[in-house]
Amino acid sequence: MNWQAIRAIYIFEMARFFRTLMQSFLSPVLSTSLYFVVFGAAIGSRIDQIEGVSYGAFIVPGLIMLTTMTQATANASFGIYFPKFIGTIYELLSAPISFLEIVIGYVGAAATKAFFIGMIILGTAFFFVDLPIKYPFLMLGFLILTCISFALFGFIIGIWAGNFEQLQIIPLLVITPLVFLGGSFYSVTMLPPFWQFVTMLNPVFYLVSGFRWAFFGTADVPIGLSLMAIALFTLACLVFIGWIFRTGWRIKP
Amino acid sequence: MAAIVSVTDLTKTYDGGFQALKGVSLDISEGEILALLGPNGAGKTTLISAICGMITPSSGKISVGGHDIIDDYRAARRLIGLVPQEINLEPFEKVINTVRFTRGLFGKPRDDAYLEKILRQLSLWDKKDAPIKELSGGMKRRVLIAKALSHEPRVLFLDEPTAGVDVELRKDMWEIVEGLRADGVTIILTTHYIEEAEAIADRVGVITNGEILLVRPKDELIQQMGKKELWIELPDAIASVPVALESFDLRLEQDGTRLIYAYDTASERTGITKLLSTLSDEGITLRDVSTRQSSLEDIFVGLVGENA
Repeated sequence: MNWQAIRAIYIFEMARFFRTLMQSFLSPVLSTSLYFVVFGAAIGSRIDQIEGVSYGAFIVPGLIMLTTMTQATANASFGIYFPKFIGTIYELLSAPISFLEIVIGYVGAAATKAFFIGMIILGTAFFFVDLPIKYPFLMLGFLILTCISFALFGFIIGIWAGNFEQLQIIPLLVITPLVFLGGSFYSVTMLPPFWQFVTMLNPVFYLVSGFRWAFFGTADVPIGLSLMAIALFTLACLVFIGWIFRTGWRIKP
Repeated sequence: MAAIVSVTDLTKTYDGGFQALKGVSLDISEGEILALLGPNGAGKTTLISAICGMITPSSGKISVGGHDIIDDYRAARRLIGLVPQEINLEPFEKVINTVRFTRGLFGKPRDDAYLEKILRQLSLWDKKDAPIKELSGGMKRRVLIAKALSHEPRVLFLDEPTAGVDVELRKDMWEIVEGLRADGVTIILTTHYIEEAEAIADRVGVITNGEILLVRPKDELIQQMGKKELWIELPDAIASVPVALESFDLRLEQDGTRLIYAYDTASERTGITKLLSTLSDEGITLRDVSTRQSSLEDIFVGLVGENA
């Protein structure tokens, strides 16, 4: 294992993050605060408790998930797409490193950034609502797993993307709708049976539900199912990345 | 001397069906400077890309320092530094960080003293904290060289290092190459500039249409393939080449004041003595006589022309 290389990629990527610290932190904090004001204070005050939790607190896990998934995907996809775009990918291809090491470096950095942003949103939430965390370690573990799995997913998108539009389109067209329709702002039991069934087909639903379970001890689906969903998603990403590694798809003629 | 880079029967066919390399074999000795000359699209960059691992060869074998570039890619690549043709640099990153990054990628621990030495050699030390986007084109090229040298490679590939570079920087670049050679680094450079190959290379390889036409020591190439010309300056212009001199196949230039005789240095008789005595017999007086050696450029143009 070329640990120096992994370290170099990780530090290089984190430096990009710190260069754009204001954008990196300010925009998620601002958008989360807006969500709290609109959903928590304005609308939430007219909604009763959901499963024994105030509406303002209920939406926190979904909000964190929404941002971390989007950020992990965006950071990892940009991280590997940018060298392809400006041509510096030649360095990665000609260095004595394996594809696995490249993945660990980029995905590790992207997941770290997403995790920090998730924690900042959690911190912001405490200013707005009274938030219990029943299983803090499980909550952190679940968050870390989500960051890693979606960074893996983002890495695939970055390899696949041929231009900046394609880079934007997946987070915009896939992740945001899936999170919104994945029970981030409501309990699935509030939906009519047909939409309950549709929600069950949404993989993000299991993640939001599991994450919420770590906070409140209650969830739409059993925690085991949520853990299985995230494990399956991570595995699918790893298998696909393994295939990219073997074939050099979209990176090596 | 032992071959540090060995390429055997290398072919590369791209997905579109274009065959960029058609069975290239080449041994590069440790410590030498090899210039690869060839027109655009000849396969120079493809050959370098295959050795450095940026493209997967279709068939053939490549080893660097005795390590196969596929089976033992880590050991092989550690020995290689690459300066690409395009200026590919992350614009917002600082010079020192991008150089450090490359060193790390090649598995070397951080060594600021060594990087300082390189950056000073390349006159980049003052700019070490500048973001790359603020540098001039020539400076960016130096950064690429600094990156390629950051992990102390034994073999350095320079893919058209002086394309679009001003004369001063080109001379600097040659000095850097000389310095590296003195340190025992093997250098392979591709170039369009024949004067570059002539100035710094030990051996010259000519590549065209995906095939290596020849690889020879530079001096031998010029000597063997070079034609020499005898320039005879006349004080009084003549209207045409006198009949007695027709067998020499002379050219008359400069409004009839210069006779040019091309001869082969390798042949047993150059015919110079006979030419001069015939001139004397014809009563033609001479103002000056000089010889010209054909350059690598003439040889190259001739070679590529024949094989086009």
